[in-house]
Amino acid sequence: MAWLNAVVQGILLGGLYALFACGLSLLFGVMRVVNLAHGDFAVLAAYLGLAVITGLHVPLLWSTLAVAPLFAVVGYLVQRLIIQRSLEVSPLTTLLVTFGLSVVLQNAMLEGFSANSHSLPSGWLAAGSFRLTPQLSIGHFSLIVFAAAVVVIVSLQLFLSRARLGRQIRATADDAEAASIAGTDVRHVFGIAAAIAFATVALAGLAFGGYSSFDPGAGTQRLIFAFEAVVIGGVGSLWGTLLGGVVLGVSQALGAQVDSGFGVLAGHLVFLAVLAIRPRGLLPGRVT
Amino acid sequence: MSVRVTRSRRPATWSGLASALVFVALLSLPYLVFANVTSLLVNLFILLVLATMWNLLAGYAGLVSVGQQAYLGLGAYTVLVLAQNGVNPFLAIPVAIAFCAVAALPISLLVFRLRNEYFAIGTWVVAEAFQLITVRFPQLGGGTGASLPGLGGFDPALRQAFTYWAALAVLAATLLAAYLLLRSRLGLDLTAIRDDEVGARSVGVQPARAKRIVYLIAAAGAGGAGALIIISQLNVQAASVFSVQWSAYMIFVAVIGGVGTIEGPILGTILFFTLQQSLAERGAWYLIIVGTVAVLVAMYAPRGLWGAISDRFDLRLFPTGYWLHPQGSSPGGLLARLLRRER
Repeated sequence: MAWLNAVVQGILLGGLYALFACGLSLLFGVMRVVNLAHGDFAVLAAYLGLAVITGLHVPLLWSTLAVAPLFAVVGYLVQRLIIQRSLEVSPLTTLLVTFGLSVVLQNAMLEGFSANSHSLPSGWLAAGSFRLTPQLSIGHFSLIVFAAAVVVIVSLQLFLSRARLGRQIRATADDAEAASIAGTDVRHVFGIAAAIAFATVALAGLAFGGYSSFDPGAGTQRLIFAFEAVVIGGVGSLWGTLLGGVVLGVSQALGAQVDSGFGVLAGHLVFLAVLAIRPRGLLPGRVT
Repeated sequence: MSVRVTRSRRPATWSGLASALVFVALLSLPYLVFANVTSLLVNLFILLVLATMWNLLAGYAGLVSVGQQAYLGLGAYTVLVLAQNGVNPFLAIPVAIAFCAVAALPISLLVFRLRNEYFAIGTWVVAEAFQLITVRFPQLGGGTGASLPGLGGFDPALRQAFTYWAALAVLAATLLAAYLLLRSRLGLDLTAIRDDEVGARSVGVQPARAKRIVYLIAAAGAGGAGALIIISQLNVQAASVFSVQWSAYMIFVAVIGGVGTIEGPILGTILFFTLQQSLAERGAWYLIIVGTVAVLVAMYAPRGLWGAISDRFDLRLFPTGYWLHPQGSSPGGLLARLLRRER
């Protein structure tokens, strides 16, 4: 029963990882940018959420309404002011710049919020759970996070395939030059894509803050888990990302069941095994 | 029109001579100054070794790695294990270097499957995995760290002098290796790949092979730096030696100094180190400032400080490219400038 419980908790945890991975996957899919500050932005979102929750006395769920739009604006600005410029220098420059940004953000948060760890008060959500059997219960909060991940992935999928702006984003991703000849403002479209990606980062950061405690250095591991979910699932496929998140979550939960210190390492080993055996991931998408 | 091609010009001859003089001066330093100076220099040498190797990887092979700390730790722990089994730690340095190069081969088979952009995080995962595996071995000190045996018999002053010489030797070997590598056929291959990978392939260059060789050499260099870290600190802790902070240091140094030149990391290290000494008590602010500068340099002056200097004064201290001297014009003439741009 303990093992079944581990699998169930792992699947739910996988939802959180998939939520983290969406933004990474979208930015890479659209402009071939790997944002190494991804996890640190998520932690920043958690701190903002904390400020909103304690300042306005609203529940965690409502704080997303303030933090996610704010992060969309931040994403648009980061794209237009920083990433676009680095892309024009060279693709590898984006790695150096976002890595530098990651270090700056981490240390700025250390300076601003101290090294103490915090967690978001999620109120009744954290306490409540569905008790299926005496050993197996599903927390309301983790279920909501998993559902949020599925909703975000489905809406992203629909947006990219159906909406006019979504199709414009895909066209720009396929061939920026042709899109610009056809009258698309490439930089603006990239900015919109980054805004969407950052809004998902904000959701992931808030969900993470409700799940467990966070400190200024927590972003590194978030980035790595998101990346592992993307690669395990298959680069370029959003459904693959969800599957990758779940595989990673289950591996970690089962690993932790074997030995409490083995969880994260088990996730890394599964990632490396996928890289060795199925380098294109479990559900390889068409690379957009 | 005939064009005369040379490797170097007069400044390079002078800089070769100056390098030799600096080396001799540095060699005699333990006789002249106190150990606090030499132990500071050991840290500087370690940083310069790391930055030079990262620069080789990113600036010449186009492989941006954020996981070189994997080999830093592997080198340090190799020295620890050998010392625990009775090997003199100083003699363990070359073994650690060789072991890291060997270990990098299977790792490269995995991480090279990731595209350029994802390669960076892939190497980072490897470093994290190395750390998590290391702390599972109680004989390696687990998470709390282990102290290095085998140096207790040395007189402290002598030990510090030996540590300094070992660091100087590793540094000299690193710089010489980078210089010779870039002047070799492989260096030419790398330049060709950087400029036009498809074109290079069509004339018989094997990009994957060339990049793999550089990856192994960079791993060896990082392993040497790791060996020096454990010897100079006399202990090792997994969380610190496998920390991504090391990547931050080597990347900032190389980017600010100038990626893609040998001189850049040297200049960057000296700058970084001076700043570190004066801003040390500022804590996090130091990394905020240096990180911001590195971001701005990468965006607006991608060739770094040395790039700006060498453009302004037409200077190469360690010539790895070629100079073209069209007949009937001075070497600094317009055509030569244009041709150099093309290089």
